[in-house]
Amino acid sequence: MRSCGAQRRSSLVERALVQSLLASAGGDAEAEPGPRSTDLTLRLGNSSDLLAAAAVLLSQHAMALATVVATDETATQNGDMEVRYIFEPAGPGAGVAAIPTDRFVTLLVAVDPACPEVPSLARAIPAANWHEREVQDLFGIVPVGHPDPRPLVVHDGWPPGVFPLRKSFDASRRLPVLAADEFPHLVAEGEGVFEIPVGPIHAGIIEPGHFRFTSVGESVLYLDARLFYTHRGLEKRMEGLSPLDAFYVAERICGVCSVAHGLGYCEALEQIAGAAVPPRARLLRSIALELERLYNHIGDIGNVCAGAAFHYGTAIGLRLRERLQQLNERLTGHRFLRGLVIPGGTRLDLTHDLLGVLAATLDETRAGLASLMARIEANSSVVDRFDDTGILPHQAALDLAVAGVAARASGVDRDARRDHPHGALADPDAPSFEVVTDTGGDVMARVTVRAREADVSIRLVGELVRRLEPGPLQVALVDPLPGGRIGISAIESPRGEAVHWLRLDERGRVDRYHLRSPSYQNWPAVALAAETAIVPDFPLVNKSFELCYSCTDR
Amino acid sequence: MLRILVDALRTGVVTIRYPAAPSVPPERFRGAPVLSPGSHLPPPDVCPAGALSERVDTGGRHVVLDLARCIFCGRCAEAPWAGAIAMGRDFELAARRRADLRLEVVADDASGRLPEAMAPTLDPDVEAAQAAAEIHRVLGRSLHLRHLDAGSCNACDWELSALLNPVYDVRRLGIDFVASPRHADGVVVTGPVTRNLETAVRRTIEAVPEPRVVIAVGACAASGGIVGESYASAGGVDRVLPVDVYIPGCPPRPEAILFGILVAVGRLEARR
Repeated sequence: MRSCGAQRRSSLVERALVQSLLASAGGDAEAEPGPRSTDLTLRLGNSSDLLAAAAVLLSQHAMALATVVATDETATQNGDMEVRYIFEPAGPGAGVAAIPTDRFVTLLVAVDPACPEVPSLARAIPAANWHEREVQDLFGIVPVGHPDPRPLVVHDGWPPGVFPLRKSFDASRRLPVLAADEFPHLVAEGEGVFEIPVGPIHAGIIEPGHFRFTSVGESVLYLDARLFYTHRGLEKRMEGLSPLDAFYVAERICGVCSVAHGLGYCEALEQIAGAAVPPRARLLRSIALELERLYNHIGDIGNVCAGAAFHYGTAIGLRLRERLQQLNERLTGHRFLRGLVIPGGTRLDLTHDLLGVLAATLDETRAGLASLMARIEANSSVVDRFDDTGILPHQAALDLAVAGVAARASGVDRDARRDHPHGALADPDAPSFEVVTDTGGDVMARVTVRAREADVSIRLVGELVRRLEPGPLQVALVDPLPGGRIGISAIESPRGEAVHWLRLDERGRVDRYHLRSPSYQNWPAVALAAETAIVPDFPLVNKSFELCYSCTDR
Repeated sequence: MLRILVDALRTGVVTIRYPAAPSVPPERFRGAPVLSPGSHLPPPDVCPAGALSERVDTGGRHVVLDLARCIFCGRCAEAPWAGAIAMGRDFELAARRRADLRLEVVADDASGRLPEAMAPTLDPDVEAAQAAAEIHRVLGRSLHLRHLDAGSCNACDWELSALLNPVYDVRRLGIDFVASPRHADGVVVTGPVTRNLETAVRRTIEAVPEPRVVIAVGACAASGGIVGESYASAGGVDRVLPVDVYIPGCPPRPEAILFGILVAVGRLEARR
């Protein structure tokens, strides 16, 4: 429980926040709590005040851009479109500590469909760059003054003037691929400068993306990454579905973040429904989230070894990961843990026998991981490849609002499990855990942060299991679900903080869902880190970030 | 180095013997749903992936489950339909024809049997059999495959790469994944074929010398799965190019993919 003094302080901070924001908009704005009671939404009368209001949040209140959500309201009374710029505290290391970390501040601007333009934040806030390009592609809302307004989500041959996330667009329409010029990649030019195109189809079993390197000799001068090859239109796909049907889509946005994304969707939905998920279900959800982190982190360490041609390490990583995925299948019937989380709680329980199997497997995993890390650290040729390779500087990690392991390995102290508590970690007597950070910012730092986090996860699972008490697994959601309300959640997935935004329509069906995945934030950081490396080290750098294409592209 | 050797010896052999020895999935595994004829089977809208459909004729209400679409979530086997559908543990589901993945039963009828004329045809597809024979003749029993991500969620891709781990070690069966389509005898495709990848998918498959096998891995590749057909998705590999073998699953477990690959090369018979 917080003391009265702390409450008074936080209400003072609150008033200062609202007043500074209103002042930035010259008074022409309305502030109200929301989406959650602890959050704040500021509706700006003039979109031209957006830059000033965002600057106040960043400079005076140490906040960072969490996500941008556009919606099409043309069918409603307002008859316009809206763009929400959602900010969150940049982390306890970033300054003003008095603002509680678990809060979102939304700057909302209305956009006239006849002249769909908003001022671009991307020059002032690099993290806004891709968000604005996505909104331009899918809604036709132009970010005026954007430094790089090339298409992002739609690729060559997409008919101009067609915006698939507008409500008037029929999602089942398959449009012709028009003749198109070659995509204008950003490249460097000069004597001895080479351009190396790689992808979208790669030589290994990995996801598709196109990387355009410009290099001088072996050094990477510039890397232009083009993604969204796996754009499946999933946000549009979910619109109009019942919240339960849409859940199965959310759970399948990404294979290796199935628990995180399923849970993020559920928490947003349960917020709308006002549902209190039973304690046992919350514990089981948090256990599943840590198991997902474990098989990812350990498999990733193995994969980084592949980038340094340390095949023993790769084989051990793969074997440990396989062991964990077999455990997943035993616990939940699914090797990626799909089918445990469900809106309102969990579908399955973990019985006494299964908890025994879980504990034994995690003991083995801890020993196996310790041995793998010892082999890596004892191998000078591997250490030589990992050290000082692919450096992401601390300031760049802050500017790009980088998430997860990549942020923490560059000294940014952020972890949504602590900053936006979810699952059982939102309970008052939740187990405490260490947020692992490092200052190296290189491949080695990202590998060691993963290894230490895996250890933390194993301990955390033990703590969570100890807290399991018999009890119900599900709570029924109200029927019909309240329309118009917004749910927002942030989950620490294996790759970092994922932000989910959900709104239901008047019939209680999905009106708009948006996922900002940690990979979405981190891709520009990969390009930046690659520029400190040589071309042959790119696979190593890329694997040390281990980002998802499917969560980014949706 | 010595430590590594000692570790390796201490670990011993971890490779499984499937398919020589059967693989038994754990109790909670959700394999092919088993539909009980004559019971109160659920209405189609229960399935979030659109795998259930129904049609009514003189024989009663026919319920059809399309295994190619099924995401094995188990929702149709939950209350109140738990008696009518059960999640089985069969995972060896690969088939040469999409139609062979459709399970049809008569619901709400005491006899529960399909009229003779309505029974799904079980005749082996002549063309598919010929293709298999040709592949077998030219490629022998070994197969080099190129993986092609056509917009998957990465789950099927991970299971493909799991086939290369020490536990499944698919190379022991003469199967390997190669870096170039020009070195490949066939492709394994994951994902529903997104609009942004359609050109790359066509070009990659066309770069594989003939005769070639095309294997659709997982619900999205086999049918569009939960993604379906939309502005961004073709709704399955066979909307773009012919498919030789369909492997259901969301994702299929590694043994299920292995089974499908062996069906493709003619070393195992499809059960459907």
